Amino acid sequence: MVLDLHAVRATGRLARANPVAKLAAAFVLGFGVALSADPLTPALVLAAVVAALAAGGVTVRIMLVRGWPLLVSAATLGLTTLLFSDSDQPWLTALTVTIRVFAIALPGVVLLLTIDPTDLADSLVQNARVPARFAYASLAALRLLPLMAVEWRTIGLARRARGVDAGRNPAARLRLFAGTVFTLLVGAIRRGTRLAVAMDARGFDATGPRTIARPQTVRRSDVGLVLGAFALLAAAVVGSSALGTFRPFWA
Amino acid sequence: MRGLDLAIEPGERVLLLGPSGAGKSTLLTALAGLLDPDHAGDAEGRLTVDGLDPRATRDRIALVLQDPETQLVMARAGDDVAFGLENRAVPSPEIWQRVDAALATVGFPYDRDRRTDRLSGGEQQRLALAGAFALSPQLLLLDEPTANLDPVGARLVRGAITAIQRTTGATTLLVEHRVTETLELVDRVVVLAPGGGLIADGDPADVFARHGDALAAAGVWVPNRPLPTRRARPVRPDRSNAWGGATAEPDNSVVTAQDLLVADRVGFTHRGTSRPALDGVSVSLRAGEALAVVGPNGSGKSTLAAILAGLAAPGKGTVRATATLAGADARLPPHRWRAHELADRIGTVFQDPEHQFLTGRVRDELAFGPTRRGEDVDAVRRRVDDLLDRLRLTPLAEANPFTLSGGEKRRLSVATALTTDPAVLVLDEPTFGQDRRTWVELVELLAAHRDAGGAICAATHDEAVVTSLADRVLTLEVRRPAPIPDREVAA
Repeated sequence: MVLDLHAVRATGRLARANPVAKLAAAFVLGFGVALSADPLTPALVLAAVVAALAAGGVTVRIMLVRGWPLLVSAATLGLTTLLFSDSDQPWLTALTVTIRVFAIALPGVVLLLTIDPTDLADSLVQNARVPARFAYASLAALRLLPLMAVEWRTIGLARRARGVDAGRNPAARLRLFAGTVFTLLVGAIRRGTRLAVAMDARGFDATGPRTIARPQTVRRSDVGLVLGAFALLAAAVVGSSALGTFRPFWA
Repeated sequence: MRGLDLAIEPGERVLLLGPSGAGKSTLLTALAGLLDPDHAGDAEGRLTVDGLDPRATRDRIALVLQDPETQLVMARAGDDVAFGLENRAVPSPEIWQRVDAALATVGFPYDRDRRTDRLSGGEQQRLALAGAFALSPQLLLLDEPTANLDPVGARLVRGAITAIQRTTGATTLLVEHRVTETLELVDRVVVLAPGGGLIADGDPADVFARHGDALAAAGVWVPNRPLPTRRARPVRPDRSNAWGGATAEPDNSVVTAQDLLVADRVGFTHRGTSRPALDGVSVSLRAGEALAVVGPNGSGKSTLAAILAGLAAPGKGTVRATATLAGADARLPPHRWRAHELADRIGTVFQDPEHQFLTGRVRDELAFGPTRRGEDVDAVRRRVDDLLDRLRLTPLAEANPFTLSGGEKRRLSVATALTTDPAVLVLDEPTFGQDRRTWVELVELLAAHRDAGGAICAATHDEAVVTSLADRVLTLEVRRPAPIPDREVAA
């Protein structure tokens, strides 16, 4: 459900955390893991994140449901490494790649799934000083995306109704694709223009101050979440160093 | 638009009429302070609201437009109403009081957290009106707010407009094609002339009595004016229950000589939903007969149209073409035919004409089908010239189809479907938002196709299409759909 932009409505503590804090925590962990080149550090981070997510209200089942495409792509990358790597220990290298990719992406993906896009826009504006015009215009544009997916299908059917299909001819297929893209873009530009007029009619283009209907606060627990991410990363590095396996990617 | 002199007093409720292209929408956009004179091609004269430039009075004005999908900004209903209040820096504690009051005034049937993408078109328009009302406007500008809605949704939206007028006493300037239904909302009618200036201005009854004929000829839906009747024979209603699976026609098991396309107990369930959009509907399309498929939103009219048109495979049941329609290919269901075979037998007219355009010129658009079929160049040219003439599109022959007006696009899309001589023509809401003149031309075009031995199937909300054109009516019914719950994460 790539195009379902509505967040899963989680009820746990983690789901209620401030969106910007969640983004920051996911970024800290992902960045930290990206800097380490051994298999143990990301594995420790991954295990801790899964435990923390489960404790914070995201069940392992949901992580698997939402995270399986990631698992597949991480495993594919690992397999490619195994087959084509010139390393002395291809198995270890492949395992490292798989765990790293999964550990970098999983926290971000799962956390993002618990963030409602509206809350994220609110929080970006109020807590991260992102300009309101940019945040809410992006949010409004995001809402038009599912309409485009429906329209893509409709245009395809409309072309069939006009007697146009590609059959097995690749050149015809490309032409058909280009034509559909053109029609879709014309529609998207029209929609975007109409939406912009409707937004401006409600004062979106005003230059004065703007008030806030949905306050987003940064609580102590949100600061704790970010600090916790740092601590978790540090613990993983210390742990793998103690076991003698830690290796930064530049070493 | 040019040479327009018009003064509207505070509290007046004005209906603005005029043929398409007379500048109605431009006037509303200018009054809303949303036209940038620096980007105008050519601006002249003076326009003031309360004696000021409209861009200086934006805070007193609210604008509601035609398309429900592109007026809502936020994902939740309450947030959307709050959006305008935030922009106008209304103090935070006051925002939610005003949101709740606005939702109540327009009769919004859900709570603040309702997802805006789960609303029907009529509900979305009422939400847009709530967003306008919350701003406490002194001038309410409404650009065809009910044009895209089914009759029930349109009635509720008109009710919401009345409630806003009563509560705020706001001056109202309304553009709407369907005049009869909107007269309750206004006490003055202004008719713009296509070249510029005014045709008429005054009390509605007076204006229509004096200028009725001229207005009707110009495409305005003048009240109480009969429409042409182009039925082949009297209507015999067929009742089909989309849920009970009762068959519509007693004779549907017997394929008669006139049958071109026979649907037998077809059903369809959209991906990701549990409730079938269509279930157990049987119907046949016959040569020389126009069938209207009617029913409320969500009864599966468009789905049935797509299945009959060979664009979707029925989930249940079968669609069969007779040998009269498809010759030896009748052994395959229409959705298995190649596109060119389909277009030669079943033409489809989509709700949005732009989805069907394939070329960059009106002339090429009409020539596309016949050329593909290998018709002789001169024959194609003669035929295209004839069609352009009949559709009043000759001056636009070299124009890009995407740049035409709504009515012109609609006429062109019907004509392109007819250029490949399909025996069956399937249309989805062909008359939505059309002015009277285009409407009459469409009905004439469809009637001519039927009278030449073709079959018509029109999914429509338009009662006038049923009375003017339909020889048979299939009524689809709907059980109130179960609300789709937001997905929950168990925790």
